[in-house]
Amino acid sequence: MKADDPNVNWIEEPSLGLAGKMYLPLFVEGLTTTTRHLFGPKVTVSFPEARPKSGNPLIYRGVHRLNKDEQGRVKCVACFLCATACPAHCIDIIGAESPWPDREKYPESFVIDELRCIFCGMCEEACPVDAIELTSLLDLTGRSREEMIFDKEKLLSVYDQTKDAEPMKSAELGGTV
Amino acid sequence: MTEVQISAVEALVKIALLLFGLMTAAAYLVLLERWIAAWVQDRLGPNRVGVPLTKIKAFGLGQPLADGLKFIFKEEITPKHVDKFLYTLAPISILAAALAIFAVIPFGSVLPADVGIPGVKHQIDLVVAPGFDVGLIYVFALSSIAVYGVILGGWASNNKYSFLGGLRSSAQLIAYELPLGLGLLGVVLYNGSLQLETIINAQAASGVWNIFLQPLGFVVFLVAAFAESARLPFDLPECEQELIGGYHTEYAGMRLLMYLIAEFLHMVTVSFLIVILFFGGWHFWGLTGADANVTWATAILRVLVLMAKVLGVILFFMMARWSWPRFRFDQLMTLAWKVMLPMGLVNVVAVAVLAEYGSSVPMWIGVLGMWAVAVGAWIVAGIAAPLATDNRPHAGFEVQQASSV
Repeated sequence: MKADDPNVNWIEEPSLGLAGKMYLPLFVEGLTTTTRHLFGPKVTVSFPEARPKSGNPLIYRGVHRLNKDEQGRVKCVACFLCATACPAHCIDIIGAESPWPDREKYPESFVIDELRCIFCGMCEEACPVDAIELTSLLDLTGRSREEMIFDKEKLLSVYDQTKDAEPMKSAELGGTV
Repeated sequence: MTEVQISAVEALVKIALLLFGLMTAAAYLVLLERWIAAWVQDRLGPNRVGVPLTKIKAFGLGQPLADGLKFIFKEEITPKHVDKFLYTLAPISILAAALAIFAVIPFGSVLPADVGIPGVKHQIDLVVAPGFDVGLIYVFALSSIAVYGVILGGWASNNKYSFLGGLRSSAQLIAYELPLGLGLLGVVLYNGSLQLETIINAQAASGVWNIFLQPLGFVVFLVAAFAESARLPFDLPECEQELIGGYHTEYAGMRLLMYLIAEFLHMVTVSFLIVILFFGGWHFWGLTGADANVTWATAILRVLVLMAKVLGVILFFMMARWSWPRFRFDQLMTLAWKVMLPMGLVNVVAVAVLAEYGSSVPMWIGVLGMWAVAVGAWIVAGIAAPLATDNRPHAGFEVQQASSV
């Protein structure tokens, strides 16, 4: 297509005016913009000292936790629905006869490989008793692969760590508890 | 010690002080540049590195040391396809020239005669080569050598990006030498000297800085100084987006560091020149005094005033980098030849008239006249608008196309 093609619709440019041709508005606007930003608020978060805002903690998908009931027992009933729903196959549960009268089974071992997890939240969706939840903890670090495989005790300790900041979300989201 | 020995020691001490000061200043200006860049972009900038081997952060003031160590420990790569001799010579020549310029640039006024150093009975000039009559010519001779460093680096790298950067640089620097010289000529004409100390003294004695008398010359000199130091919006020799770094694409390690320091020193040089030529150097009304009779207090105050002014100009350079977009190359050339060169000539003529007849009228009439000339010349440049381009087809478009084929 040539520049003089009749199909080209040429639009009249806005006129610069004399001041524009003298570069005055450009000069002033450029300098005011940079000066405003120079003293304006900064968006960088100094990470270890300051925490980034992760939006609504009720729907943020961070590290998992295993919830406890009022008596401090694990809520999980070892139904395997989360392990079945998990697309990354990162949940490994060994169920056993429950020592408590109100349920039949409980997890003898509940292991999540945080390195395989894709933080999709399907386990949380699948759980019928709201035992597994995703918290808003986002700095998940470890020095070895073994350290990143979270067992039942570790997941319960995440609950203790986060229960005050993030009460169990089920009531607000219409869960079963 | 004899007189000669004393002056030799004096010069050596000043050189050592100046080299140390310049290298430290260049390192910390890099930090300042990164801070300004970050703050303008709403970031925090380098604020982690502090005192080595401790956990003290000190606002990131240890960053220059870390940057320098990084460069020193980097692998010194010489690509196989380069011209080895010129490839090594280029950064050395550009850094040597950038440092040598400071021999004639005063970094203060004078120290008082009762300075207390045994054997020294006279006032010590705070410049390495005091009383150098052709100071400004020396500055321009050496800043032209910087062009060689850039062109040699681009040529010796044997790489098309480097070569294009070198070519652009040579065209740009040669084009802007003329407005730079014209902006300067007005000052030289009015103050009647090529010696930087004399120019400062003349401005201090009259109390009227050259910027009030020669606003047009200042604009021409400022724009040309930006172009000469290859800073945005005139950084076409090394624009990262188009030329991946331009003439220093093939450089690494210490040789790259030499280029980068030389670039920063160019900026410092032109900032000093702008302050000395147009902003009265160390002079400030009612604060520093105006004549050669100094006490310790005024001597130190003059150094501080000069440094504060230079820092202000450098801050303007750094802010300008983020304020305006880069020129296109044809606009760059048009600006040099069709705008800045005529404006510089107008300024020189006006200054010549002022220098001839200025003494017979009050100072304020001269100032007013010069500002009228400046505004008039700028308006004429705006009406002529050689930089405005029109890409739309117009009458005779076909003919033009045919003739260009």
